[in-house]
Amino acid sequence: MDPASLKYAPSHEWIHVDGDIATIGISEFAVHQLTDLVFIELPEVGRTLEPGDDFGVVESVKAVSDLYAPVAGEVTEVNSSLEDNLDPLTDDPFGAGWIIKLKVTDASGLDQLMDQAAYQAHCAAEEH
Amino acid sequence: MSEQLLQTACCDWHAAHNGRMVDFAGWNMPVQYTTITEEHQAVRTAAGLFDIAHMGRLKFTGPDACRFLDRIVTNDVAKLNVGDIRYALVTNEQGGILDDVLVYRFEDCYFLVVNASNRLKIVDWIGQHQSGFNFAMEDLTQSHFMLAIQGPRALAIATPLLGNDPAELKYYTGTETTVQGEWGIVSRTGYTGEDGCEIIVPTSRGLALWEALIEAGREHGLLPTGLGCRDTLRLEAAMPLYGHELNESIDPYTAGLAFGVKLNAAEFIGRDAVAAAKARTDRPKRVGLELEGRRIAREHTLVYSGDRQTGEVTSGTFSPTLQKPIAMAYVAPQDAEPGTVLEVDLRGKRLPAKVVKLPFYSRG
Repeated sequence: MDPASLKYAPSHEWIHVDGDIATIGISEFAVHQLTDLVFIELPEVGRTLEPGDDFGVVESVKAVSDLYAPVAGEVTEVNSSLEDNLDPLTDDPFGAGWIIKLKVTDASGLDQLMDQAAYQAHCAAEEH
Repeated sequence: MSEQLLQTACCDWHAAHNGRMVDFAGWNMPVQYTTITEEHQAVRTAAGLFDIAHMGRLKFTGPDACRFLDRIVTNDVAKLNVGDIRYALVTNEQGGILDDVLVYRFEDCYFLVVNASNRLKIVDWIGQHQSGFNFAMEDLTQSHFMLAIQGPRALAIATPLLGNDPAELKYYTGTETTVQGEWGIVSRTGYTGEDGCEIIVPTSRGLALWEALIEAGREHGLLPTGLGCRDTLRLEAAMPLYGHELNESIDPYTAGLAFGVKLNAAEFIGRDAVAAAKARTDRPKRVGLELEGRRIAREHTLVYSGDRQTGEVTSGTFSPTLQKPIAMAYVAPQDAEPGTVLEVDLRGKRLPAKVVKLPFYSRG
């Protein structure tokens, strides 16, 4: 994924929509903030999510962080390889480190999300 | 905000070397430069360099310095020989722990090294209790710099810079010597479970010493190491951390720190209460817990034996050495036997947690 083409939530999830399928992960900034990832909890396939629902957990040595759905949809796929090996999330958060795919049922939440420039400003503000 | 934080001699160095800086007890300190795991492994297998200038350094001189320290700490200060360093607690009248400290005896003075988070409280406590004792206390925390170099390669790296051979210092002793040719203090102490030493020099020489050790350590695999791995290292070594395992409502015996208490030496503040705590048989016990899987039981996680809540986690992490989640907790005495399987409540989910002997790690 090209980070410039993605939309971002304030809670650091990114989303890429292709037709009615959305791919969701967490940003490089979020991964860097956490570092030392040790654990991920993924949702069941088939679960329906509303915007803002927590669908999983990422845990690092330092902190535990909930994952939130940026849009409404039904989980069609999860990246279960991450449960055994979190390196792809660390090394390639916008690609091999994707977390879930949703069949979008209501795309209206997308308008609330940030583009890359707005998201970078959001991260810069959070760092200080 | 950052201009209000205290800075060590190496603060700018840390920031310039990718240090992730945070407010730690009012000091601008590095949590990590790379990752906690990488820095942790460097200390276990090679060496790590820690800026610990935020720790409070209090110097005591005068005829009653020893007698006064014996009044405020639980260990036997009068028994210290020149060069000895002892772990001790400062307790209040109720026997609760105000701080855990190291007492250093030198030729003509004593040092008390206290936690950064407790320095002002302890300085205040000293002020409240000094009446009737003839001594002077000087707070050297900002005028002097302190670092720790820790790990199997630490002494080999540091020794060429020192006027003494730290390998000849016994564990928990220290000496005034030369550091890069000028006055300094070297002690065989640390907070990681590894060999190594801690060095004190005037703040004006702190950065030069730091850079010299970084340079000398390069070929040995030394890394600058932050507070993040200091925490995971001390937790593997089962060393308590004030604010987690220790606080003003926990007595030294409950904390498992009997070795730092000498009830038959001087009459320290809180002695009767500490003696009463020793006699109790229903005291909670500080235990180690190991979890399966990879989830971490963090501070305040509740611990259960069946339906009965038996205690609470005080520190937890994912152990880089053991590659499993570990925690320290206080539990009811009947649940403290190693091998006992308890449960922790992780955000509504019960997971088994086995009581294990402390420490989790000790160097071979």
